[in-house]
This record gives sequence, C-alpha cells and structure tokens, in this order.
Amino acid sequence: MFEIHAGLFNYWAAIALMMVGFYIVIAQGNLIKKIVGLNIFQVAVFVFYISMGKIDGGTAPILGEGIKVYSNPLPHVLILTAIVVGVATTALALALVVRINRSYGTIEEREIIEINHAADHDEDTRL
Amino acid sequence: MAGTAISMLWLRDLFAVVMLSGIYSLFAAVLYVVMDAVDVAFTEAAVGAGISTVLMLGTLALTKSKERAHKKISYGPLVLVLLTGGVLIYGTLDMPRYGDANAPIHSHVANRYIEKSGSEVGPPNIVTSVLASYRGYDTLGETAVVFTAAIGVLVIIGRRRKNKKDTPQAPKTKEGSTS
Repeated sequence: MFEIHAGLFNYWAAIALMMVGFYIVIAQGNLIKKIVGLNIFQVAVFVFYISMGKIDGGTAPILGEGIKVYSNPLPHVLILTAIVVGVATTALALALVVRINRSYGTIEEREIIEINHAADHDEDTRL
Repeated sequence: MAGTAISMLWLRDLFAVVMLSGIYSLFAAVLYVVMDAVDVAFTEAAVGAGISTVLMLGTLALTKSKERAHKKISYGPLVLVLLTGGVLIYGTLDMPRYGDANAPIHSHVANRYIEKSGSEVGPPNIVTSVLASYRGYDTLGETAVVFTAAIGVLVIIGRRRKNKKDTPQAPKTKEGSTS
C-alpha cells in the first residue's frame, strides 16, 4: 500500500500539520496559543500549495541558459501574497488579544466567559 | 517540523511556544527551498519567522506569558480533528502524484509565463514577473489588505489612550486597569 501511495506523502504531511493546528485552535483555551495554532494551519496550507508546484527534475523558476524544466511559478506567487496577508491578519488578531487583556485582565477563554456570565447575572439581580 | 508543532501543543510557557513557532517557520522555509520555491522561502524566513515572532513577543510583553493549567486531552475536538483529517486524506487519493509533470496544475497559464515572461516583462526571475506584471492586481489587493489591517490595529489598540486624554476622570477608563 505504501508503494502505491508514496507520491501522496507530501499531501499527508501537510494534512497532519493542518490537523495539529486545527486541534490547537479549537481545543486550547489560551488566545495567543489559538493564534499560533492558526499560523501552524496556515503554513501547512502553504506547504500543500508549494508541493503541488514541484516538478521532478525541475529547478527554481529563474530563467537560465540550458535549463529545460522549471517548477511551476504560479503557486509561488500566490503563496508569497498569502504569507504577507497572513502576517497582517496575525497582527490584527494580536491587537484584539491585547485589547481583550486590557478589558478583562485575562487571555484565557474560560475566564472571559465566566466574567461575562457574572456580569450578566449581576444585571439580572439588579433588575 | 511536526515535532515543533506537537510540542507547541503541550507546552504551557507561551514564550517557548512563540519561539517554537519561529523555528517551525524556519523549517517551512527550508522545505520551500527543497521544493524549488526560493522566493517563498525568503519571505517565510523574513516575514513568517521574523516579523510574526516579534509581533507575538510584543503581545506577550503586554499580556501574560504563562498559560493556565488545562485538561490534557479534550476528546470532542480530537474526534472532530481526526474525522476531518481522515476525510482530507481520502480526498487526496486521486490527486496527482508529487513531482508529476503532467498534473493539471502545470497545463494552463504556467507554461506561458515560463516561455514568454523573459521577453515580455524582462527580469529572469519568473516569480517577480508574474507578481509585478501578470498578476499585478493581486499585489495591489495585498497592499490594500495590509493597509486595512494596519488601520484596524491602530483603531483597536489606540482607542483607550484617546479616551484617557479626553475624559481623565471618567469611570469607564477604570475597566481595564486590572492589567
């Protein structure tokens, strides 16, 4: 079975990394760790794309004398854009974390929910 | 690479987690060089491993660098993740094999870029030609996104200082003083 599917190993490695990131995002309560998980997921998608552009025996897509086969440059361009956009979204998410920490004094999801519940309960009893 | 990812899962010291995420990015950059994507490797090493790590360290300085103790394994998410992974792996079974030159991805515009970009645009680096010329609108959109994100960060973080200046005695500003 391994011989038949040997050419798919790159996809499986990317999927494994993706799932680690996914698990961190949904199972961990710390907001900064969630963002790190999102980054892991993101890089896994990049690896997936770049591995699709690779051609056996090809070189990096820079024109040169006597080179016949180049790897596909299109995924490289798309992922270049995606990396920069990814950092922009990370910065925005981190800014939100800083703001949440200012308002609640914690970056743990569970404690934030508890504080919100307590605030709701206070309002109810006052009414 | 998977090792760094998994140790990020277990570690509770957020400083170590952030450092490991930088190492993870560098591993990814090495992987890109192996797969012929040198430009992407440059960007990942500079932006992914550099700027992201600095941003996260800045956030840690402003918040907390220890995570509270939590349950080691939560089974609901684990089942969901394994299910998703299984479905994705099932989806790859009829994908083209790694390094296959006849894969559908290689049979459309990419060949034209490789053959013509030297004479049509100029620079020997095909990625540069595509980025700046053929798909210039993508790059324009990217700068718009980065600009929007910068404005968003300023709006989110800059607000409290402004409130303080305008209404120094207002009780509202005391909300966040626990940090």
